[in-house]
Amino acid sequence: MATIPNTEIPTTDSGTRIDSADLADPQFLEPLRLQMLKFAALQLSDPDLAEDAVQEALIGALKNANAFGGRAALKTWVFAILRNKIADVLRKRQRLNEVSTTSDEDDDLDRFFVSDGHWQRNARPTSWGEPASALESRDFWRIFEACLEHLPPQQAQAFMMREFIGLDSPEICSELAIGMSNLNVMLHRARLRLRNCLENNWFAPGESSC
Amino acid sequence: MLSCREVSRLYSEQQERKLSLLESVNLRMHVAVCSACRQFGRQMTVLRTMAQSYARSPDSKQNSEGDKSGPDDPRP
Ligand SMILES: [Zn+2]
Repeated sequence: MATIPNTEIPTTDSGTRIDSADLADPQFLEPLRLQMLKFAALQLSDPDLAEDAVQEALIGALKNANAFGGRAALKTWVFAILRNKIADVLRKRQRLNEVSTTSDEDDDLDRFFVSDGHWQRNARPTSWGEPASALESRDFWRIFEACLEHLPPQQAQAFMMREFIGLDSPEICSELAIGMSNLNVMLHRARLRLRNCLENNWFAPGESSC
Repeated sequence: MLSCREVSRLYSEQQERKLSLLESVNLRMHVAVCSACRQFGRQMTVLRTMAQSYARSPDSKQNSEGDKSGPDDPRP
């Protein structure tokens, strides 16, 4: 049988047919793609590279879509691929945009501490009760995302490389071309901000501790 | 006695490295009398758990449907 040159994406017709129904469903794909883009863009701070990484991850997922029973499993897996892609890009890159300590970040600690090093009255950590129950709430994750987006980009990047991608401190230092003490400062500030944001918006909104 | 600012820094660094004996002794002396820093210390652990949980599957946090299938071990 003659094969006709075809410029369209080839469809497999063998027994291992790709079950790409989920990934072909725009209602499913588009929100997922946007979320992946956001995730990648925050870490790569380059929209083109982020787009490429997402594209590659989706293509990789499509190839093996038949291995997945449910959408949740598929999403988990797509993000696992994406994280690997991002890690690849970061490793290849000699250095990211130079990390500067901008002046607005220098103010960070003043927001949380008074000059003698005690907590500002409205920034004192209070109990989060049973934090595990928050993880079950969709509303909580929306707030978590919003808090993450409010971090200064460089702090967000360091935090995500550490906690989301799981690079260790020396790896992050070499990726960002910064010293360990600089990284520790960024992570400290990111954690202070995140903690404060989560507490004010979820765990103890409107509560002023003594 | 360490300040709260210093204590919060040590708690953050504890996520990155093992504290020295002196550092942990100072930390413990401080949190024995400072409940705010005690809370901060707990929250650093919680924050890591949250981040890991989020990174495992950000999208499923917003769509409860299909969550039953459980986390397969994803190996691309
Ligand atoms: Zn304290």
